[in-house]
Amino acid sequence: MLDMMVKSRVLEERLIKVYKTGDAFFWIGGPGEEAFGVPLGLLVDKGQGVSHDYLHLHYRGTPTLIAMGMTMIDSIRLIMNRSTDRSTGGRNFANHYCFPEWNVVPVGSPIEVQYGMAVGTAMAQRRRKMKKEAAGVSIVTGGDAGSAEGDFASCLIWSSRPGNELPIYITVQNNKWGISTKFDDQHGEKQVADRGKAFGIRTNVVNGNDPIESYFAISQDLEYIRKNTKPVLTEFMVSRLYGHSSASGANREAGECPIDLFEKRLVDSKYIAPGFVKEMWAKYDLESREAAEIVRGEPVPLKESIWDHVYLGSENADWRKF
Amino acid sequence: MANMAQAIRMALHFGEKKLGVTDIFGEDVGAPLGGVFTATQGLETAWNSPLDERGIISTAIGLGLAGDRCVAEIQFCDYIFNTIDLLKIAGNTLWCSNGQYNIPIVVMSPVGAGIRGSIYHSHSFDAWATRLPGWKVVMPSTPLDAYGLMIAAIKDPNPVLFLKPKSLMRVRGEELIPGEPSDEKELKAMIDAPIGDRSKWKPRWPKLEEFEIPIGKGKIVREGTDVTIVSYGRTLPLCAKAAADYAARGVSVEVIDLRSLYPYDWGMIRDSVRKTGRVLFVNEDTEVTNFGEHLSYRVTQELFYELLARPRVLAGKNLPGIGLHPNLEEASVPHLEDIHHEIESIISEVP
Repeated sequence: MLDMMVKSRVLEERLIKVYKTGDAFFWIGGPGEEAFGVPLGLLVDKGQGVSHDYLHLHYRGTPTLIAMGMTMIDSIRLIMNRSTDRSTGGRNFANHYCFPEWNVVPVGSPIEVQYGMAVGTAMAQRRRKMKKEAAGVSIVTGGDAGSAEGDFASCLIWSSRPGNELPIYITVQNNKWGISTKFDDQHGEKQVADRGKAFGIRTNVVNGNDPIESYFAISQDLEYIRKNTKPVLTEFMVSRLYGHSSASGANREAGECPIDLFEKRLVDSKYIAPGFVKEMWAKYDLESREAAEIVRGEPVPLKESIWDHVYLGSENADWRKF
Repeated sequence: MANMAQAIRMALHFGEKKLGVTDIFGEDVGAPLGGVFTATQGLETAWNSPLDERGIISTAIGLGLAGDRCVAEIQFCDYIFNTIDLLKIAGNTLWCSNGQYNIPIVVMSPVGAGIRGSIYHSHSFDAWATRLPGWKVVMPSTPLDAYGLMIAAIKDPNPVLFLKPKSLMRVRGEELIPGEPSDEKELKAMIDAPIGDRSKWKPRWPKLEEFEIPIGKGKIVREGTDVTIVSYGRTLPLCAKAAADYAARGVSVEVIDLRSLYPYDWGMIRDSVRKTGRVLFVNEDTEVTNFGEHLSYRVTQELFYELLARPRVLAGKNLPGIGLHPNLEEASVPHLEDIHHEIESIISEVP
């Protein structure tokens, strides 16, 4: 886990550097959430179609995808909008991933819309589950600030309809911020997870800066959902180490670093030697630099490609031509 | 002959039996009501959702992402406005994912005036709908077209908005839907739920056949040589009536039912305008930034030197709502006399 947490952090910091050197227009991401995201990625039933888990991630999902096997270069292609970007073909922001082969549906920019969409995939999964055909779970991640949106309430309501409870894992990564707005200024509820109790949904609050605690919590939650075909809402308390996005500077901010904490714990327990992480850091830093160099030389999308994929296999994209 | 509500119901039944529709859902769509216009009565896969329009659209998107086929309803198009960003997402998902995820969903919603629906049950959505790239948009004006367009919408791998002109939902067609019994009463006895206790009622569906109206294809409902009128939905029968009125006065009016708003049948419009040199676009959506304006713009760009008169757009007044009193409603949206007036105006123009 530590290896992937470091890899994810190095990648996110490379993305920030790519942005700051002018090779990208915008950065948004989630450094500081590795102790939640990596365990999640390790526990996902990875594959395509309703038999496997769906991932409705927000734009802080890099650690999860790294744990699932995404390469650094794929993430860098995305931020540098190359035509080789397998997620969006150079059309969307950093961290707006899409990997159909792993049921990672397109990440959107509006906050919290993914919560409502996860209901739909969970409904399709429930149907198969009732026929004993599959046991996939729809997993949705999002921020605490966005839980103010109605889509979050929709997700709770639709997931817990009596007799139609859905196999959905509703997670919130609470870093106590919404861009520059403090959680404490806006939320009367003590924990976002408490809201699930009103719907009879099993809820938890987890220290998302502890990868071991996160791993076991996620593992138990997924097991419960797979077994009972019922939703779970778990709130992970996490750090935000680089602000919300490049719009807020993308500079390092104060906060508990889950990698430092985990490293110290492993060193204190004598699982790893001091300096071990430094080696990982150097290894991934080199990989990320080399990847950025490769991507810099890769082709960009052509202007004519704007009309591609407006409609599936259709000639109707440009009205001037019909 | 079936009315439009029955035609849509029969198309949805065909969809769930033959085209893989897994869910038909929305507010009051399931039993016992079967939709406020009864368009979903008796359907096997119809169910009542929470009264949550955003939830309806986002769930439909999720079902589409998982590859299931659904038809979701927004009870009145006036309520669809709070789902605009979700409609935008449904329309852009294929593009944003570089062709990797399509959203094969149908969203249907009643539109327009004509039932004394006042401020929040009389809106139009056609111009908004055509501003949602990635969506296809259809609006029938006859039951047979409603049947054929719904089947095409279900089969389409893209998101399709199916706009139902609510004032035409109870109007009977002049053509039989393939498989429909020719006796109206027989059809009613088969598929209309009884008043009162419906708990034991089940429809007896006629043996329906597949019939598809290709999306993007309009229909010339009346041929003419002097003026072209392009319309759809509630205003289409009014345009056809106006054309008949003027035929008696020696003016030959060609009437096109657009049926699909996006993609639209430009070839049919172009050929007709080339023939007549005069064109009037009629719909009931508000007049400022109206879909007819786009069509009119295109006519001026591509056919300017073939025109004998300036193109006209007759649309609803640019008002924030439709007032309840009949005087208010009738003054807000086009009526037969308004179409007469425009025809009079356009044929009297001398180049």
